[in-house]
Amino acid sequence: MNSITQFLTLSDANVRYVVIGCVLLGISSGLMGVYTLLRKRALIGDAIAHAVLPGICIAFMLSGVRNTWVLFAGAIVTGSLAVYLVDFITRRSRLKPDAAIALILSVFFGAGILLLTMIQSSGNAAQSGLDKFLFGKAAAMLPEDLWLFGAVLLLVITVLFLGYKEFKLLAFDKGYAQSQGIPVKLLEMALSTLTVLTVATGIQAVGVVLMSSLLIAPAAASRYWTHRLSGMLVLSAIMASVGAYIGAFISYTKPGMPTGPWIVVVLSALTIGSMLLAPNQGVLARYLQRRKHRNKILQENILKAFFHLGEKQENQSLAYTLEVLRQQRDMPVARLKSGLRQLVRQGSLLDTNDGYQLTRSGLEAATRVVRLHRLWELYLSRHLNIAPDHVHEDAEGIEHLITPELERELELILDSPGIDPHQSQIPYTQKDRNR
Amino acid sequence: MDAFWIILTGCLVALNGALLGSFLLLRRMSLVGDAISHAVLPGIVIAYLFTASLTSPFLLVGAALTGLATTWIIETLNQKARLQHDAAIGLTFTLLFAIGVILVASFTGQIDLDMDCVLYGEIAYVPLDTITLASGLDMGPKQVWTLGSVFVGLMILLLTGYRGLSLTTFDVGYAAALGFNTSFWHYALMGAVSLSTVAAFESVGAILVVAFLVGPAATAFLLTRSLKWMLLIASLAGIASAVSGYYLALWLDGSISGAMALMTGVIFAVAFVWQMVVKNR
Repeated sequence: MNSITQFLTLSDANVRYVVIGCVLLGISSGLMGVYTLLRKRALIGDAIAHAVLPGICIAFMLSGVRNTWVLFAGAIVTGSLAVYLVDFITRRSRLKPDAAIALILSVFFGAGILLLTMIQSSGNAAQSGLDKFLFGKAAAMLPEDLWLFGAVLLLVITVLFLGYKEFKLLAFDKGYAQSQGIPVKLLEMALSTLTVLTVATGIQAVGVVLMSSLLIAPAAASRYWTHRLSGMLVLSAIMASVGAYIGAFISYTKPGMPTGPWIVVVLSALTIGSMLLAPNQGVLARYLQRRKHRNKILQENILKAFFHLGEKQENQSLAYTLEVLRQQRDMPVARLKSGLRQLVRQGSLLDTNDGYQLTRSGLEAATRVVRLHRLWELYLSRHLNIAPDHVHEDAEGIEHLITPELERELELILDSPGIDPHQSQIPYTQKDRNR
Repeated sequence: MDAFWIILTGCLVALNGALLGSFLLLRRMSLVGDAISHAVLPGIVIAYLFTASLTSPFLLVGAALTGLATTWIIETLNQKARLQHDAAIGLTFTLLFAIGVILVASFTGQIDLDMDCVLYGEIAYVPLDTITLASGLDMGPKQVWTLGSVFVGLMILLLTGYRGLSLTTFDVGYAAALGFNTSFWHYALMGAVSLSTVAAFESVGAILVVAFLVGPAATAFLLTRSLKWMLLIASLAGIASAVSGYYLALWLDGSISGAMALMTGVIFAVAFVWQMVVKNR
């Protein structure tokens, strides 16, 4: 318990550095991730993260010291080179971006491993910990690291803020941005540079392999909640910092637990949660919407069956059993029963001893569907010259979709017709006529 | 003799990678290969916890299943949750890899699984781990046998399923119309990729596997438009990278697998410049 309060109040200096460092990195990558995701370059971060290794090694070989800023400079050089090469290869050959990314990341990383082992075999004492730079050393963050992360975050926020409108155009419609005279090349370079900076700092917290997650997960999660760029940026930054905070906390409570992987697990959980639960875009929301729509179609089809039966008998207040209804419109018994239950609950049908019977509101709804069906059939045959025996299928689908406004429009075009192409009455209830 | 075994191991990894990588590249799935090579880590760790051996066949099976699960998760995220494809790949492999690292950290007392070894392997140790028959006959390194059997299996798959694999690669609709089961070939290919990735893990690590899955195939892709030639050129480019990489590492006194990965890039660069010159002439 004591350790938890210690963590939450950040009273331990070590914990403070780790948490603040991870949150700063999280926000930078959360923001940049939105742009890489929207520009369909989500995995470029993976390439950069791997390509940083040879740069770090070369910087170390040249300078001979393990200084954060020197290594950082080396990282930026090869990271940017990787972005440039991916772009160059895709532009000048038949290779697709994904192949170029995979190629660059493995070759650069291979070169980096080669250099790293060369440094190690040269026996330079200062090299110890160089590989930690690559597999994440969140637990060993220093105040000077925090300054670097803070500086990068500040730069990211400033540039994104100043060019907000232009970056937005670039992210959503590059062609249009170009036609508006916006310096697309320059902006793309700015975005790549910021991404490289973010990745080069980020790998210190989570390591090479997991860096892509920091760029992708928060941005992907925020995409499910909103379509607005500003909303995505804010949400992504918040999720990234929450993920970084919780991840750091989990690894703090259990000794020996790596911070980076826990941050990734928490971020992925947030993303999967958003994927499932977000309103409108989420899997659950879309499932419910689909079910609602399916049920509406089912209900309307059953109501139509009632109307057709009543039309034959010239009496709409008769009750029908399940079997009669199935003879009128064949469907699985379970579906029919579930549809009837829904209609009774809504008050469109009455469940009587002789079977089911339309109520007043049920009759109105049934009349409306049949009317829409016949209006559409008439419209197709009269205005699109489709043969009367070909219009039924189409009307069968559209009848569930026509809005009251469209209905009025149809009536206007068709000049309040009385009969459809199959010589059936186009039905109106008393209430419809009073309208 | 050691040099021979190391180069032979490298060549086998290169051949497996070049052949499978060509199909991956044509299906625009190169990054899926990358994802699989990272995502099999939790599979390896879990199988290792059960078998306590790094060369048990169960390890291969466990990891291959994880590889198949990876492709399935990517497809599901992409189709059911409408996550764009590259983001689905990135999300899946980082999550699985993170779980793998956490597993390693949790059972750190019980398993001796070196993270560095998983990532870039140690091909130099291949000749040390040999199979010796009861009669005392030295059969050569275990890794060569494992990779060799994967290669033989792969050749069988290619020779018997060439038509299915190539048709489903180039024209899914046509292949389906001819009655080929496209998802069978998809998962057969992914299973083969997982298996050869895992088989290569111990000796060369995840990165070299990716380099051999992409580099030689990309080189061949630039030089020919025929699948048969592509497979042949990719194999040759792979072998050339393995051999030259070995001597580069020897000369620089560095990691052999790193040098081999670098050489796949160098050979690609040569092919790349060549196709640019030819195009501009």
